Amino acid sequence: MPKLSYLKALNRALGDEMERDPSVFVLGEDVHEAVTFVTAGLLARFGPHRIVETPLSEQGVANVATGAALAGRRPVVEFAIPFLLQLVLEQVANQAHKFSAMSGGQARVPVTYLVPSAGWRPGWGGQHSDQPHGLFVHSGVKTVMPTTPTDAYGLLISAIRDDDPVVFIAPRQALELREDVDYADLVPVPLGSARIHRPGTDVTVVAIGHHVHDALAVAESLAGEVSVEVFDPRTLYPFDWAALGESLARTGRLVVIEDASRSCGVAAEVLATVAEEMPLAVPPKRITRPDGAVVGCNPDLDAALQPTRDQLLAAIRQVTKP
Amino acid sequence: MGVLRERLYRTVRLIRRFEEQAIELVRAGVVVGGIHPCIGQEAVAAGVCATLSEDDVVLSNHRNHGHALAKGCRPDRVMAELAGRVTGTAGGRAGSLHVSDYAAGLYGATITVGHGAAIATGVAWAAAREGSGRVVVSFVGDGAMNQGALLESLNLAALWQVPHVFVCENNGYATTQAVGTFMAGSVTGRAAAFGIPAETVDGMDPEAVHEAAARAVDRARSGGGPTLLELVTYRFDAHHTFEHRVRLRYRAEEEVARWRERDPVALQGSRIPPDVRDRIDREVEDVLAEAVRFAQDSPRPDPADALDHLYATGMRPRAGVVG
Ligand SMILES: Cc1ncc(C[n+]2csc(CCOP(=O)(O)OP(=O)(O)O)c2C)c(N)n1
Repeated sequence: MPKLSYLKALNRALGDEMERDPSVFVLGEDVHEAVTFVTAGLLARFGPHRIVETPLSEQGVANVATGAALAGRRPVVEFAIPFLLQLVLEQVANQAHKFSAMSGGQARVPVTYLVPSAGWRPGWGGQHSDQPHGLFVHSGVKTVMPTTPTDAYGLLISAIRDDDPVVFIAPRQALELREDVDYADLVPVPLGSARIHRPGTDVTVVAIGHHVHDALAVAESLAGEVSVEVFDPRTLYPFDWAALGESLARTGRLVVIEDASRSCGVAAEVLATVAEEMPLAVPPKRITRPDGAVVGCNPDLDAALQPTRDQLLAAIRQVTKP
Repeated sequence: MGVLRERLYRTVRLIRRFEEQAIELVRAGVVVGGIHPCIGQEAVAAGVCATLSEDDVVLSNHRNHGHALAKGCRPDRVMAELAGRVTGTAGGRAGSLHVSDYAAGLYGATITVGHGAAIATGVAWAAAREGSGRVVVSFVGDGAMNQGALLESLNLAALWQVPHVFVCENNGYATTQAVGTFMAGSVTGRAAAFGIPAETVDGMDPEAVHEAAARAVDRARSGGGPTLLELVTYRFDAHHTFEHRVRLRYRAEEEVARWRERDPVALQGSRIPPDVRDRIDREVEDVLAEAVRFAQDSPRPDPADALDHLYATGMRPRAGVVG
């Protein structure tokens, strides 16, 4: 069986969708050279009108994508670094997201904002290490964050086909992952559907993005001691609350791990919703970055601000101790 | 020429009277939130939009009623939109600030000033790719010419040679700031920096506007790329109807009076026979009386539907309060 890497999955999804639907095209910086690899080979296949190289003009380009979408296209805008999403928060949350409602349903803006290197990487400093997904969740913009190559493929297809703007974040630490897959098994994954990677009966760990893999490792290390269910929302907005409710009905205990600021983050939203609507045996825990933390470029200091497997393990022990 | 003359007069007169009626509806509390009147600037909307077909696209800004009417939106439905009624062009969801009517080629008004121009560049990009000959016009004010996103879109439009006509309505003010106090360089200088042909035109004269716009639209339609038109104009009325209450003093009365002597409605009216003008005036009055009646009599949206259209896919978000 071929090994499919996360990046190759994104590349394959783009190529397949561009083949299937001529209205799909890519806009971005360095997409001709495929610096992030996501557009590798696509310029030769589809030409410069479908793989559109843009200047360093993110706000202008994000608006151009909205305009092209209003005119019936399905743009995929690639941003190579997550802070660029903060630069276009206005264009995404205040323009693209609002056109449907403001026009009384006349407009649709099917743009995908693809960030194939999101998040922290050691030593990249204060302005390369933010995790902006919560801003878009807060704004009601559909936001996905798949953690496996298969899910990356399936969710990118669904994001492109969706009639609304979708922010697609590929967590940096998941990009090198590989999976054995039969290409025939690659299928669209619906937005808003969670995935249980490992069933368990004692505690549900909601792991955002790359922390799914941390949670799986911790769950494995606790096997025989605590039965951990690893819950991957895959889509952060809309969140699959029904699936979480079912999981908590089984476990009654909750830990959330998210690599982002504590206040008003997705982890905070999960805790708030569960507190309002779902029965828990003990108070839940969340593991996040400190509020508003600026990650430096000293690897040791960087790491000190990231959620860790040890913290997750300790939190699981706390909520499950007899 | 006679037909165009009369058509331009009809449009400027319609816009003027529409806005006067809309201001009445603001005073009466029927239009909530107020409006940004374009009274005095009617020649721009009328002259530019008379060069466009229904398929051509307009992206507008906060001062958008003139653009909407000149682009062919039904006055009664625009008035109903201002009043937030279900019969409005966007079902009462847009109000005065975001009037849109996709069937008439009006793709809305974005209120982050200047950003509609960047969206228009995207529409124009798609139009160029489909080879339809469609032209896209964006309207911005002089204040918007200092927005980074607009400057980015000038670069993109020129780089890609898209059929986009940038129309800057230079009315001399951004809210209370006089253009000379906030603009380094000039409006046309910004276009020149990107190699975009630009022209400064008398924006009080509907026919002068029409001539310049026709040149720019022809260039765009024949693959000649973007143009920027600076239309020098003036708003006789307030920036926004809130000014009717707060009495701001950023313009001298003599200045306003001087510009009023160049009233585009009077100018265009003087170019057509009085009997024709009277007939058009009467027709416009009838249309507007009906529009006001239509707006006032139309139902308001049901509050239960407040979240309709939030997502094009029909997705419904969670409620704000959990029962
Ligand atoms: C980016 C941005 N900044 C500020 C505002 C608030 N605002 C609304 S209209 C306006 C004045 C705009 O002036 P101009 O572009 O010259 O257009 P005019 O009102 O003169 O037609 C301002 C400052 C805004 N809507 N968008």
